[in-house]
Amino acid sequence: MADNSGRAAGWLSLPRTGWWAAGVTLALVLLTLLAPLPAALAVGAAPQERQVTISARSFAFEPGTVHVNRGDTVIVNLESTDVVHGLYVDGYGLATQAEPGRPGQLSFVADRTGAFRFRCNVACGNLHPFMIGKLVVGPNLTWLRAIAATLITAIGAMTFFWAR
Amino acid sequence: MRYALSEIPVVKRMLRTRWLQWSLTALTLLFFVLAIIAGLVGTPAGNRNFGIVFVWIVWWALLILLLVPFAGRLWCGVCPIPAPGEWLQRRALVQPRPGGKLYTLGKKWPKAFRNIWLQNAGFLGVALFSSIILTTPMATALVLLGFMIVAIGTSLVFERRTFCRYLCPVGGFIGLYSQVAPLELRVKDAAVCASHTEKTCYTGSDEGYGCPWLIFPGGLTNNTACGLCTECLKTCTRDNIAIFVRQPGADLLKTTGHKLDEAYKGLIMLACAFIYSTVLIGPWGVLKETARAVGTPGWFAYAGIFLALNLAILPGLFWLAVRSGQLVGNSIKTPMRKLFADYAAVLVPLGLTAWVAFTLSFVLVNFSYAWSVLSDPLGWGWNLLGTVSLKWTPYIPGLVPYLQVPVLLIGLTAALALALRTARQHGQSPWAAAPVAIFCTAATLGLLGLYLA
Repeated sequence: MADNSGRAAGWLSLPRTGWWAAGVTLALVLLTLLAPLPAALAVGAAPQERQVTISARSFAFEPGTVHVNRGDTVIVNLESTDVVHGLYVDGYGLATQAEPGRPGQLSFVADRTGAFRFRCNVACGNLHPFMIGKLVVGPNLTWLRAIAATLITAIGAMTFFWAR
Repeated sequence: MRYALSEIPVVKRMLRTRWLQWSLTALTLLFFVLAIIAGLVGTPAGNRNFGIVFVWIVWWALLILLLVPFAGRLWCGVCPIPAPGEWLQRRALVQPRPGGKLYTLGKKWPKAFRNIWLQNAGFLGVALFSSIILTTPMATALVLLGFMIVAIGTSLVFERRTFCRYLCPVGGFIGLYSQVAPLELRVKDAAVCASHTEKTCYTGSDEGYGCPWLIFPGGLTNNTACGLCTECLKTCTRDNIAIFVRQPGADLLKTTGHKLDEAYKGLIMLACAFIYSTVLIGPWGVLKETARAVGTPGWFAYAGIFLALNLAILPGLFWLAVRSGQLVGNSIKTPMRKLFADYAAVLVPLGLTAWVAFTLSFVLVNFSYAWSVLSDPLGWGWNLLGTVSLKWTPYIPGLVPYLQVPVLLIGLTAALALALRTARQHGQSPWAAAPVAIFCTAATLGLLGLYLA
């Protein structure tokens, strides 16, 4: 519902220039989050083979966070110290299982960058749904993009609402 | 800009009948009782127990992702917790007693507690033990049972839905975040209410009960205390009350009436979103173990940090931001307490989107447990619907971060808009909003860091 000044009421009461500014901010945020980057930026250190031993116990992985680089061949040795545990990597859809004395193994090329949760996929007790670790495949462009998008949003929103 | 949804004839008929709401409440009560039974006698394995899966995954997802953001307090209108107490109070199930008479001692709730401080304390208590309550069927059952017993006891002693209004730990944050919803119950014309001497919406009539939430609908200016029970739609003899679709967040645009208890609720909710995102879905096993080891020295340290974050550190940082703004904006005359409470409106969109982001991170991954639990709610080896063999399947786990980012950015944008609006409404320079804007931006970056870094 428009009032006499031609501005809509409440949240939507923005002048036309305001809508332009909102559009530009939104476009910049989308560009920051989604635009493909030059290959040179997306590639980190030279790919290598990484052996990672992850120890699983109720309800923790040790180490809890694993860092690799894009293109690395990652070989995960999962060892369990108490009961049967699993390891499922979000975003990669890969899984393995281990029980005491019987380690599991997982091998994959880390071809997607970002932070991915890995989690136990064998019910192991009450906190099982929260038995979680993190695989960070660098360069973590998702995080960098999110930082940039947040700052653009903050600056854009402040600029946009400042003049109203 | 609003549209009277309840004026659509079929909607109006549905809202006027007492059967619809009663049936929905009876249905949720059935699920609620099953959750308690499953917790008490079912398997202790949380992911195979109806109580855990349906309360903390299915219901929680429904509440945070759909009901609260889009329908406000709609859940409160069909919540099973106060239902038995209310039915006892009314000595009726569906149709009202003549004149809406209630059978209760009808005591008034003490004036000192007519706020949401007790709800804040209750929520903190549940949140402090959340790593046990959320994962242990027996603990969930006892908490739910406890809520219901307190609700029944309260309804026998105090008037109407005193429990919902002043005690329910869940109702406190639903009320706070319901201000965001694009739905509201309001009167159509305040002048009609002013000339209506009987005020049947508050006192009750043969058609229904006086507002169970102890509100005079004619004075409603925000959603926080209206439980959408629709009694007033039935009792208003002037047909002057409606449910409207409106601009999202319309309640937050006003400056008057913000209170310190609601400000603290916003801060507690934001702090808990951080703590849950760190402890429950973070990669630090030692934190999970410590949070669960109740009574150990480590747990006392955890409890101390938990309470300090909720009650002192985050509120302290927010106070510093508001105080800095007061100095920058050259508005020393406005009391800090008022500025603090008014600026806390920014915490509503910020906190709600933080909870949506947190919920996305575990609900989609764990939702598939619901299919097997439907067939075997107690974990006793049944296969009622033939779905017990459906295995755990995480739904779109790789996409979750791409949903969390826009959700948090929407919350940040709304928070910054509110910060600047609050500054203007207090006659401050827009620069006064800058420290609060930095607080909001830092909170968003902090949450994104927990999810994406």
